[in-house]
Amino acid sequence: MSQYNDGVHRTLRDSDFEPLGEQSTTPLLVRPSRSYWQDAWIRLKANRRALVSLYLVIGLLLFTFIGPMIWRVDPALQDVDQISIAPGADRSALVAEAYEPWVNGQVEPDFAGGSGLRLAAEPTTLRVRLLWDPMPGADNYRVYRNNYPIEDPQALGIPLADITRDNVYWYEDRLDLRARDYYYAVVVLDELGQPTDQFETVEVNVGRVITAVEARNRGLVGAGESLAVGDEVMMPWHPLGTDYLGRDMLARLMAGARVSLFIGLLAPLLYVVIGVVYGASAGFLGGKADQVMMRFADFVVALPFLLFMILFQVVFGIGPGESGIVPMLIALVVLLWPATARLVRGQILQIREEAYVSAAKLLGASHHYLILRHMIPNTLGVILVTLTFAVPSAIFTEAFLSFIGMGVAPPTASWGSMCNEGLKNMLTHPHELVFPAAMISITVLAFNLLGDGLRDALDAKMRSAE
Amino acid sequence: MWAYTLKRVLQGIITVWFIATATFFGMHSVPGDPLSGERASTEAIRANLEARYGLDRPLGEQYVIFLGNMLRGDFGISYTQQNREVNDIIREHFPVSATLGILAVMIAALGGVLWGALTALYRNRLPDYIIMFLVILGISVPSFVFAALGQLGLVGLNSAAGRTLLPVAGWGTVSHMLLPALVLGLGTMAYMTRLMRSSMLEVMSADYIRTAKAKGLPMSRIFTHHQLRNAVLPVITVLGPAIAAITTGGFVVELVFAIPGLGRYFVQAVQQLDYTVIMGTTVFYGAFLVFMVILVDLVYSWVDPRVRLQ
Amino acid sequence: MQQEPNYRQSSAPIESEPAVEADKVPGDNSAQGQNLISAAGKQLLTFAIVAVVGLLVTMFLLDALAGLTSSQSTVSSSAIDYENNEITSHLRDEPPQMNSMRSTDSISGQVLNHVMEGLLRYDEHGDLVGGVAEQWALNGNVMTFHLRENARWSNGEAVTAHDFEFAWKNVLAPSTGSQYAFILYPILNAEAANNGEVPLDDVGVQAVDDFTLEVTLETPIAYFDRMVAFVTYMPANEAFYEQTNGRYGADADELLYNGPFMIESWVHGASMRLVKNPYYWDKERIRLDAINFAHMTSDPNTLLNLFKDEQIVMTNLGSQMLEEAMFQGWQIDRFMEGTVWYIEFNHRDGRLTTNKNLRMALTLAQDPGELVNRVIKLPGYLPGESLFPVWLQGKERPFRQEHPAPVYERNIELAREYLQKALDEMELEELPPLALLTGDSPNARMQAEYYQEVFQRNLGIDVVIDAQIFRQRLDKMTSGEFDLVMAGWGPDYNDPLTFADLFASWNLNNRGRYSNPELDAQIRIAQSSLDTGERMQAFAEIQRIIHEDVVIMPNYERGYVYVTHPELKGMLRRVIGAETDFTYAWIDGARDDRSGGDNDNQQGGE
Repeated sequence: MSQYNDGVHRTLRDSDFEPLGEQSTTPLLVRPSRSYWQDAWIRLKANRRALVSLYLVIGLLLFTFIGPMIWRVDPALQDVDQISIAPGADRSALVAEAYEPWVNGQVEPDFAGGSGLRLAAEPTTLRVRLLWDPMPGADNYRVYRNNYPIEDPQALGIPLADITRDNVYWYEDRLDLRARDYYYAVVVLDELGQPTDQFETVEVNVGRVITAVEARNRGLVGAGESLAVGDEVMMPWHPLGTDYLGRDMLARLMAGARVSLFIGLLAPLLYVVIGVVYGASAGFLGGKADQVMMRFADFVVALPFLLFMILFQVVFGIGPGESGIVPMLIALVVLLWPATARLVRGQILQIREEAYVSAAKLLGASHHYLILRHMIPNTLGVILVTLTFAVPSAIFTEAFLSFIGMGVAPPTASWGSMCNEGLKNMLTHPHELVFPAAMISITVLAFNLLGDGLRDALDAKMRSAE
Repeated sequence: MWAYTLKRVLQGIITVWFIATATFFGMHSVPGDPLSGERASTEAIRANLEARYGLDRPLGEQYVIFLGNMLRGDFGISYTQQNREVNDIIREHFPVSATLGILAVMIAALGGVLWGALTALYRNRLPDYIIMFLVILGISVPSFVFAALGQLGLVGLNSAAGRTLLPVAGWGTVSHMLLPALVLGLGTMAYMTRLMRSSMLEVMSADYIRTAKAKGLPMSRIFTHHQLRNAVLPVITVLGPAIAAITTGGFVVELVFAIPGLGRYFVQAVQQLDYTVIMGTTVFYGAFLVFMVILVDLVYSWVDPRVRLQ
Repeated sequence: MQQEPNYRQSSAPIESEPAVEADKVPGDNSAQGQNLISAAGKQLLTFAIVAVVGLLVTMFLLDALAGLTSSQSTVSSSAIDYENNEITSHLRDEPPQMNSMRSTDSISGQVLNHVMEGLLRYDEHGDLVGGVAEQWALNGNVMTFHLRENARWSNGEAVTAHDFEFAWKNVLAPSTGSQYAFILYPILNAEAANNGEVPLDDVGVQAVDDFTLEVTLETPIAYFDRMVAFVTYMPANEAFYEQTNGRYGADADELLYNGPFMIESWVHGASMRLVKNPYYWDKERIRLDAINFAHMTSDPNTLLNLFKDEQIVMTNLGSQMLEEAMFQGWQIDRFMEGTVWYIEFNHRDGRLTTNKNLRMALTLAQDPGELVNRVIKLPGYLPGESLFPVWLQGKERPFRQEHPAPVYERNIELAREYLQKALDEMELEELPPLALLTGDSPNARMQAEYYQEVFQRNLGIDVVIDAQIFRQRLDKMTSGEFDLVMAGWGPDYNDPLTFADLFASWNLNNRGRYSNPELDAQIRIAQSSLDTGERMQAFAEIQRIIHEDVVIMPNYERGYVYVTHPELKGMLRRVIGAETDFTYAWIDGARDDRSGGDNDNQQGGE
């Protein structure tokens, strides 16, 4: 080519008209011959976002299936000593004697008393024992507890109990005690049971304890080790904190992942397969059969999706001990297959009319060859993309149904049901909402981006553009 | 055109019948008893109630009666709110859901077009990255989380302002609508932004744009008359399904913001096994959805002359 | 909405990015690209402005439209309106049935107790006082009520004895299908008439004259006066009732009021406004001019946010909200709501739970204190000890103080022994899974999950949870498809009998079908005796039998922790009647015709 470009005013010589002779090599192909899938894979690898999301998906699968083998904590086990604790909370505790009910209102021996509102024993997370002197002219009292220093007599904190019995000037608090400072107040009540402005307060520093029996039951010390009152032990470790029943969040997230991903992956897989078979049959058969089949699909498409999801959940019913996954799966499949069926049918119809199919037919290609060589590769891409986009939808649907209490049955955990539970405690224990919500978001995001990447990679039209 | 419309409407009616039948038999196969109350009732009282609701008749007869009443537009009396007709419930609560839905769709569509056009213009530059990041957030965060956070944010805003700028929950005035509609429309807006972005990019490289440029048309005219107008078409196609999905999918927002919409009633009716309300609502929504899709198809053929109605 | 997958898939191909070619557009000619952006920027700005304006216009348009179709707009006032002397509160839900003769639920009851008045009612100290009736006396089988002549309906007509006779007979009429008809059964022939066996005229209620109502009872009972205060016993004006054409109570103007307030407007599902009833005979007592129930929701977070925003005067607190309430320095109160909650065993033949040792083992393996203190974490709750809640009145002092409930302390060793005994008796190697039936509310689920793990950990018993929606749960309870069921019971009237007869062999609400002649005998005594001492002794016996035979496993007595607007005084929380009663409430600092007064009891229910 160069000779035409560099010299413009050149006279032609005879040698220019001689044949070049035999070429020593066959012309090099512009690019190596690659199959459709190799090509797609290379393009996918070139797409950074898609690649990252692919790793994310693999990570999620590892988290779900390998995770429980590494983090071997029973997701159903309740640690009632550590309910709703945040990740990284202090977990050292002293061993205490077993709890005995306080019946006589006496000060524990060797415990320094005092006067006014005071403690009757060392305050621990098992119990706080309060004692006070009779106040003049009062026989009924109300005990308050506050997390903040008491300044305003109108805002004494949470009312724990009314003491209305004669000659009782003591109270034992066992309500959700945490290792922290509390401010107790005892208020005198008037005859109508209304608080007066006569009250006494005391500040209490509660220490975290665990009974020896509990410590052994929970395996916090070795079998042979001795355990004495006052020893320090470490409570079970919960890397992501615990939920409202003291269950390990990490273990529950893994268990929830199994449910959410199971529904999220299997439901689309099932309905896409059904849709492909149905749509492809309709597309192939054509004519009346196609008409009837597609009309039926149209009916199902017209059903209001969420309304029927909820209806299905109720109609199937969840029996005792059942998780409710199967009804949800069936409902999803029953309601969503027509979308894929329509898509596949459209593709098949379109490909049938393509010039290359006609060409193949003219060349005498068999039915088999047509299907294997043209129909499948050309629809598979679309199907795969549909499948990828269907995953986040299914996961969202599951989360949404669980959120309104129509999803999986207790004690099965799913990310959606965990979100629902966590939402209540959003202000006080945000970790109970943040982790499952983040898992949903990451999964949905990963599958969405992967879907984008796959679509770009599998779009056969774009091969030529490279 | 008219023949086509007629055909579609006819198909729509058959679809609605299909929905009604599916719901009817689905509902009657549910275990549980819609007449039971907290306090056990005697045989006699039960029999009275059954007679009142016609539950003592055979299922086939009930179905015929149900269809007959449906044709007359009568869905019967609610089981839980025993002196309200289902029609009343739909009439009073559907406008609320519809208002919320229309606003949400408007926010979604207008926002989607705006952000989508912006991201396409600023492709691979900072505004694009910021908006696409928000879009990803909008797509991947469940709406109930948005709703709860939105409400919480509003409380903070109000207490910071020292007065009620926007009501935290409830329904009635324009100010009540803003946040719920925004929350409801957020996911769809994110989705439409993506759609608009790719559609804009496609249009930008189209031949007619090049021609327009070659003709020397002013940039602003090319943008509005050629790019935007053509890029917006795919957004319109998804509008119909989006309206239906948003209107029927507003339960969570209605629950969180204490909005008296039909969605909330439906969830309650299901939990109470309120047969008549469930059937009425489902058939109504089904019909609404079916005809909304038909309407959008017709509108689309009018907007885009390339689409020929068969 | 992201949850709707249909349109997302079908349109997927549209979305595909024309990646390579499009790249060139801004790049191929940067000057042109800039030009485009600045031109388009202006266009987009215009578009954005138009969009926002369009949106606002649509909003107002829709608002106006909605206002035309129905009165959707609600009063959105602040919690307390000093100027107009009115308050804004919420209802947990839309009242389902405002026809007092057919009403069964507490939300309707809450409103009905504000707008209607029966023969008798409870005052601010929780004592029974005259409502429409001025005097009443039991004489043998006959109870006579003398009605006050100044009691009026909201149309000015007098409330007469005929209104009561009509209402009660209407409740009992088989065609009404009232589910609470049973509460009238102490009246002579009431049950037979309700079953259609005798005509309604034979029912023992008769208006002797306009202001004298004579009620003949099947047998003399000591607590009939307390039953009369119940919603089902409220009057109805016959002429008005007929005129509503079966829509009695369906709307604000389809109800006639004789109580302290009347419903001025009712937007279904959204709001209800009550105003002071000018015809109420004791209207001087009522200090608020209006009550707006501006929200109908039970979402605790929404309600807390509304309270924080000063939109409602009170809200209940969940355990997770206590920290916030303390931080805000709110005045926090609690009250026992009156219900008891327990796990009921299935005593039907063939069920594993008929084995007493198994019931004993399960009971000994758990600790209601742990449930209340560690899991529920609300100071309003009390650990369950007995079928009889603490607020019930005994002979002189509260019943539970006179007759302390015997309790089983958690003892896992002992529980395992009992379990072994039970297995030996049933000749089983291992216990098959037990089905625990429960509701679908978050709390019900939480408690079921708690118990499931407790029984698993302490006894190795496999418990499967069966969480069902309300009506399906009731259905399963009635047909006995459970081993254990989480149940609760609330009082209908202020007498221990409302709890005591629950496990009578003839009681349909005895879902576990427990049957014990010894218990039945005691219940008969409690029902028929007129001597308080004897009745209380019978109740104590019932408490003992239920404990010793482990009929139920008490969980807790429910209580509420709530916050109130500091300027609202005199709000009552009741066990019987309106759960939240504003009829004695007033606004501190608002204009008030009455000064002083001694209505400062906030906890009449307790």
